[in-house]
Amino acid sequence: MLDTLLAYPQSWLGPAWPLVWTLIKILCIVVPLMLSVAYVTLWERKLIGWMQVRLGPNRVTFFGIRWLGGLAQPIADGLKLLLKEIIVPSGASKFLFVVAPILAIMPALAAWAVVPFSPELILADIDAGLLYIMAITSMGVYGIIIAGWASNSKYAFLGALRSAAQMVSYELAMGFALVCVLMVSQSLNLGEIVRTQEGNWGVFNWFWIPLFPIFLVYIISGVAETNRAPFDVAEGESEIVAGFHVEYSGMTFAVFFLAEYANMILISTLAAIMFLGGWLSPFPQSWGALGSPGFGWLLLKLFLVISCFLWFRATFPRYRYDQLMRLGWKVFLPLTIAYILILGAWMQTPLWIWWK
Amino acid sequence: MTFQTFIFYFFAAVLIFAALRVITARNPVHAALFLVLAFFTSAGIWVLLQAEFLAIALVLVYVGAVMVLFLFVVMMLDINIARLREGFWSYLPLGALVAFLLAAEMGLVLASRYTGLADMPAPPPLPAGYSNTKELGRLLYTEYVYPFEIAAVILLVAIVAAIALTLRRRKQSKYIDPAKQINVRRADRVRIVTMPSEKKDQ
Repeated sequence: MLDTLLAYPQSWLGPAWPLVWTLIKILCIVVPLMLSVAYVTLWERKLIGWMQVRLGPNRVTFFGIRWLGGLAQPIADGLKLLLKEIIVPSGASKFLFVVAPILAIMPALAAWAVVPFSPELILADIDAGLLYIMAITSMGVYGIIIAGWASNSKYAFLGALRSAAQMVSYELAMGFALVCVLMVSQSLNLGEIVRTQEGNWGVFNWFWIPLFPIFLVYIISGVAETNRAPFDVAEGESEIVAGFHVEYSGMTFAVFFLAEYANMILISTLAAIMFLGGWLSPFPQSWGALGSPGFGWLLLKLFLVISCFLWFRATFPRYRYDQLMRLGWKVFLPLTIAYILILGAWMQTPLWIWWK
Repeated sequence: MTFQTFIFYFFAAVLIFAALRVITARNPVHAALFLVLAFFTSAGIWVLLQAEFLAIALVLVYVGAVMVLFLFVVMMLDINIARLREGFWSYLPLGALVAFLLAAEMGLVLASRYTGLADMPAPPPLPAGYSNTKELGRLLYTEYVYPFEIAAVILLVAIVAAIALTLRRRKQSKYIDPAKQINVRRADRVRIVTMPSEKKDQ
């Protein structure tokens, strides 16, 4: 069916076809991603609202239909930001000022290339997928540093410095957490990592049980990597106004915002893939339709992890900067290294259950 | 021209441009950013050579960590360009020597037809399912394990030395041990006294 449909444009475009086809596939990932980013912002405001016994956004609606109240909020917000003037501060490095938000969102989108959505659905099924994700996400910090420097503002610069130090520190803990996953699954391919978690016991086969401390480390460093509360010292409103994006307005600010949420969704998806069995069903395989794998399970897990991120934001007060650094270097790093040693020792015994 | 050659020439052009800008850009921050671009494009070229592990490690280590700290330092420096230019003539001989050596080595590779480098055996074709990462890991941890560990120890010594040289405790530091903060009980900080209410003087 699909092949016959595609035959016509294929003959028409000739050698340019693979390029066009890849672009279409990229759009198929990016457009739903951007939509979900928009609605994660709404979900965040609603959920935090409910936690604080408020209603959250409930006014803006489509075509005046009352019971859809609040659902059009992200679209109204986006439109508003789109129509606002972009102000470039005097003394700013103009080119870098504009490039910074692009550099911030680029890695958040590029990393999705290797994320497997279901057993067949993946844009680029490469062997070194995990490494690719680590490399690409490690570039996200440039957007923030350049934004802070190019703004020619002390507050922005302080925010950028804090953020750079924080991201580099937590990347280490995160990298070592990924090494643990890699040791257990013996593969860098994300699809292969999910397949290693397959088994008859459903939820009890996933890596979150044998790697529980690492799972926690990964989630917490993920919160720190995305500069979310309680680790949002890079934009601490009470200390440095808004950190690296004080000088940004309109769409340039919105792009930073999009990047933060896209990164959050990415980190949650990766947590779901590496520790919560990706597309696998939480029920035993023998349960028929309920036990069969599919994209819906990944979506559900992703939604749960994201809701946890929002929950943290509503619950915890902001970390003090020195304590945040201490947590990264003196708690997480030794913990993950010790766990790698434990896994290595476990591998040498007959009790190792993941040999292929 | 196949698509692959097009990509190679594109990367090569970007790489040469970025490398040139690293040494010609006046602003040190711009120079550092062009160095990042140069690293990234050379990683692209390495991927074309099927060395995906090295390419990704280059991005991960140099672009993702080393250059971030580098930028960190460069951005905070107050650089006086005139003072930097002062030593130009005294550094020239050494600089020229290094440049000459680099050029000579490049020439040896480029003129491989005459220097006999082309007679080196070509690498055997890779079997299907060949994983760069796995092979590198196997070699590093079996055949080259001693050099690898020596390198690791040297790095560790460098880290310890750098910290030992720069670490000094400030006398007036207000640092409080977080463990102590967590263990604080109300009784340590607050004392509740009961006292009879006083009558207001008439």
